[in-house]
Amino acid sequence: MRIELKDLEFRYQMNTPFERLALHDINLAINPGTYVAIIGHTGSGKSTLLQHLNGLVKPTKGSVVIGDRTIEAGRKEKHLKGIRKMVGIVFQFPEHQLFEETVEKDICFGPINFGVPEEEAKKKARIALKLVGLSEDILEKSPFDLSGGQMRRVAIAGVLAMEPEVIVLDEPTAGLDPRGRKEIMDMFYQLHKDQGITTILVTHSMEDAARYADEIVIMHQGSIFQKGTPFEIFSQPEQLIEKGLDVPETVRFQLKLQKELGVRFDHPCLSVEDLAGEVKRVMERGSR
Amino acid sequence: MLDKMIFGRFVPLDSPIHRMDPRSKLLLVFFFVCVVFLANNLVTYAILGVFTFILIALSRIPARFLFNGLKPILLLIVFTLLLHIFFTKEGAVLFDLGFVKIYEGGLLEGIYISMRFTFLILVTSLLTLTTSPISITDGMEQLLGPLKKWKMPVHELALMMSISLRFIPTLMEETEKIMKAQTARGVDFSSGPVKERVKSIVPLLVPLFVSSFKRAEDLAIAMEARGYRGSEGRTKYRQLSWQTLDTLLMCSLVVLTALLFLFRS
Amino acid sequence: MEEKLVSLKDVTFKYDGQDRNAVDGVSFDVSKGEWLAIVGHNGSGKSTLAKLLNGLQFPGFGSILIGDMELSEETVWDVRKKVGMVFQNPDNQFVGTTVQDDVAFGLENLGVQQQMMVKRVQDALNKVKMNEFLDQEPHHLSGGQKQRVAIAGVLALQPDIIILDEATSMLDPRGREEVLDTVRELKEEKILTVISITHDLEEAAKADRIIVLNQGRLYREGTPDEIFHLEDELVGLGLDIPFSVKLSKSLREKGVDLAGSHLTEEELVKDLCALNSRI
Ligand SMILES: Nc1ncnc2c1ncn2[C@@H]1O[C@H](COP(=O)(O)OP(=O)(O)OP(=O)(O)O)[C@@H](O)[C@H]1O
Ligand SMILES: Nc1ncnc2c1ncn2[C@@H]1O[C@H](COP(=O)(O)OP(=O)(O)OP(=O)(O)O)[C@@H](O)[C@H]1O
Ligand SMILES: [Mg+2]
Ligand SMILES: [Mg+2]
Repeated sequence: MRIELKDLEFRYQMNTPFERLALHDINLAINPGTYVAIIGHTGSGKSTLLQHLNGLVKPTKGSVVIGDRTIEAGRKEKHLKGIRKMVGIVFQFPEHQLFEETVEKDICFGPINFGVPEEEAKKKARIALKLVGLSEDILEKSPFDLSGGQMRRVAIAGVLAMEPEVIVLDEPTAGLDPRGRKEIMDMFYQLHKDQGITTILVTHSMEDAARYADEIVIMHQGSIFQKGTPFEIFSQPEQLIEKGLDVPETVRFQLKLQKELGVRFDHPCLSVEDLAGEVKRVMERGSR
Repeated sequence: MLDKMIFGRFVPLDSPIHRMDPRSKLLLVFFFVCVVFLANNLVTYAILGVFTFILIALSRIPARFLFNGLKPILLLIVFTLLLHIFFTKEGAVLFDLGFVKIYEGGLLEGIYISMRFTFLILVTSLLTLTTSPISITDGMEQLLGPLKKWKMPVHELALMMSISLRFIPTLMEETEKIMKAQTARGVDFSSGPVKERVKSIVPLLVPLFVSSFKRAEDLAIAMEARGYRGSEGRTKYRQLSWQTLDTLLMCSLVVLTALLFLFRS
Repeated sequence: MEEKLVSLKDVTFKYDGQDRNAVDGVSFDVSKGEWLAIVGHNGSGKSTLAKLLNGLQFPGFGSILIGDMELSEETVWDVRKKVGMVFQNPDNQFVGTTVQDDVAFGLENLGVQQQMMVKRVQDALNKVKMNEFLDQEPHHLSGGQKQRVAIAGVLALQPDIIILDEATSMLDPRGREEVLDTVRELKEEKILTVISITHDLEEAAKADRIIVLNQGRLYREGTPDEIFHLEDELVGLGLDIPFSVKLSKSLREKGVDLAGSHLTEEELVKDLCALNSRI
């Protein structure tokens, strides 16, 4: 399913003294099956942008095309449920949305709301639970008796069980330990690879953006500052640094080495392996 | 809609009324509520009116803003007026509409009561419009201070109130977030049959309750870590200062009361 | 020998109703003026340990010495004057309705005189560079700013030690830097001894010493150099290793002639430069 944002503008609390421009001049197309990372400073509008992707907020100007639906500014929209089923959002700290008595009921909540019969929803819950790496014996437990990391996984399973075609992730690993972080990021990537789920990730980690994404979108003060493949984006790291944004540690290291050693790298390295190989090559070339 | 409500909102301006001690303003409201009932004829109501308008003028709150804010309560005032007009049967008959007779006493009584009501609302709104919630809390704590002798938890109540004030915006944000998260999971908060909508409250309230509980727990730990152990031996950072203006205000209250006694029938 | 500020002996703690000790026989010392990082997987007992150090919980077994005071029900209020804490969630520790009220909160609790308070609030806010936000309400501040106010609240009490319990984990990279820079300055000026609980290995690499907790037990204690030498062992504990250590390892595996591991990028760059000029 293709998603497209056209000339989009969004203001919070329109027509009040508290009005606030959060997004403007947004043009963005997300093709089916891609993995897009959205990065940018706090307050740059990332979360607001995400909420347009399944009609949680409506643009105050411009339009959002989601599959065969168009949400346009100033028009009353009904029956957005269809869209919400296809575009699942994992919010920041998703464990805050848990509420049912048992893990199973909580995971089934989404699917049942979208009209899936109970028995089938339970089957989906089991599959989703396996995906997030939890065992079935917690199904009957209360979600509030779990550890923070487990709660996070249950909440994610609740979104996966809806079997969305597009999954939107707002900093899904904040507060987890390094292993938990890696496991969850790898899980989403695997899902994206295996089932071709379109994935949109908001993150502050340039390393994750570089490692997983096909395309990176950089937000700055409510509009899109740059977009391109990780390779393209990190080929010009100076632009990012100028805007006060981070670059992946590998790229940062390359810059330092270039300056100190007076050598040039042919391309930005996005993994430690690649960087080690390049450093070796560059140094050998330099010595000849 | 909500942003038109003036009740309980603070408009930070610079005016003599804004600068006054919250204690004197609280006392003013308290006494005003009492003396309003002394008025019982045209002159005394006029005196109250003049007093109220002087206060409004001093506060620099735009009159239009104030009266716009009264609109939601207008209905209540009109209703009181009508109630008296139709049900008080005193004095001469003014109009005879056939099915109902309107008496002079009823009309006057109705007008007086609704004026009384309006003055009360105006003066109390003026308190909240010109005093930040935290100052009101401080003022209350000081005024009620003597009650501590009778084991009234004055300090604790004031602290509770100031913490609630502090967390209202946080809770509103939280509510919005959870609503959005559940909407994304297929809950419909805004349309559908009433039964469904009532059911959709649960996925909102439970998380809200859980997170408020967690917040309260965190906050209690944070407070303890910073040495909080109740009101004992505690000093106050915010100092209230009673100025000439406040004394003047109290004097004006005495004058008002005297005038009301003098002219009431 | 450096002055010992904190000393734990065999500290053990179990939450009611749990069958495992959350903190299990932990002993270590903290010297005056050092920066100690505590790392460990989720649920390894880091926060519990922090709470024990501040008397928010009392050990079931073992003893905790803060300065020359043994931590107990009687000394806890004096201990809290010496040990300040900053917690993870910026919102849930902001008590006051405005920045200055919040910083003053701890001083009010101690019964400090009003004029003195005004001065100390000012000083503390100057140190964290938040002096321009005196009357700001918390919901108008960024996460990093709120955490700096929390640090000011601790500073105003003039403690010896500050414990940061994942104080930067809910912040964006910029906010994180703001907060860490602030703490670093305070440490440099010898105002505070820092105990920092963190999942951020880059931050831990800059500490003077690291303690690794695993399932409530002290797994290893040492300088960042020693700890990150463990490499894959750390990954097995659910942790990670800093980027420069990873890169240095990968380079060595590829046959680049580097000696030892590298904790910071600067060291690695320096060694590579040296290597380059040798060739
Ligand atoms: N409910 C709201 N009401 C009013 N303004 C808001 C609201 N939510 C966000 N904003 C404002 O809109 C802008 C964009 O916010 P948004 O949450 O989209 O940023 P973000 O890029 O997701 O930031 P972060 O990295 O901190 O999550 C900010 O200036 C913010 O203050
Ligand atoms: N209030 C509590 N009641 C019961 N058990 C608790 C409580 N707080 C923590 N625990 C348990 O104690 C153990 C240690 O928890 P602690 O919060 O100290 O871990 P942590 O290392 O700080 O983890 P994180 O990285 O997630 O913050 C965990 O197994 C946890 O489930
Ligand atoms: Mg966001
Ligand atoms: Mg913790």
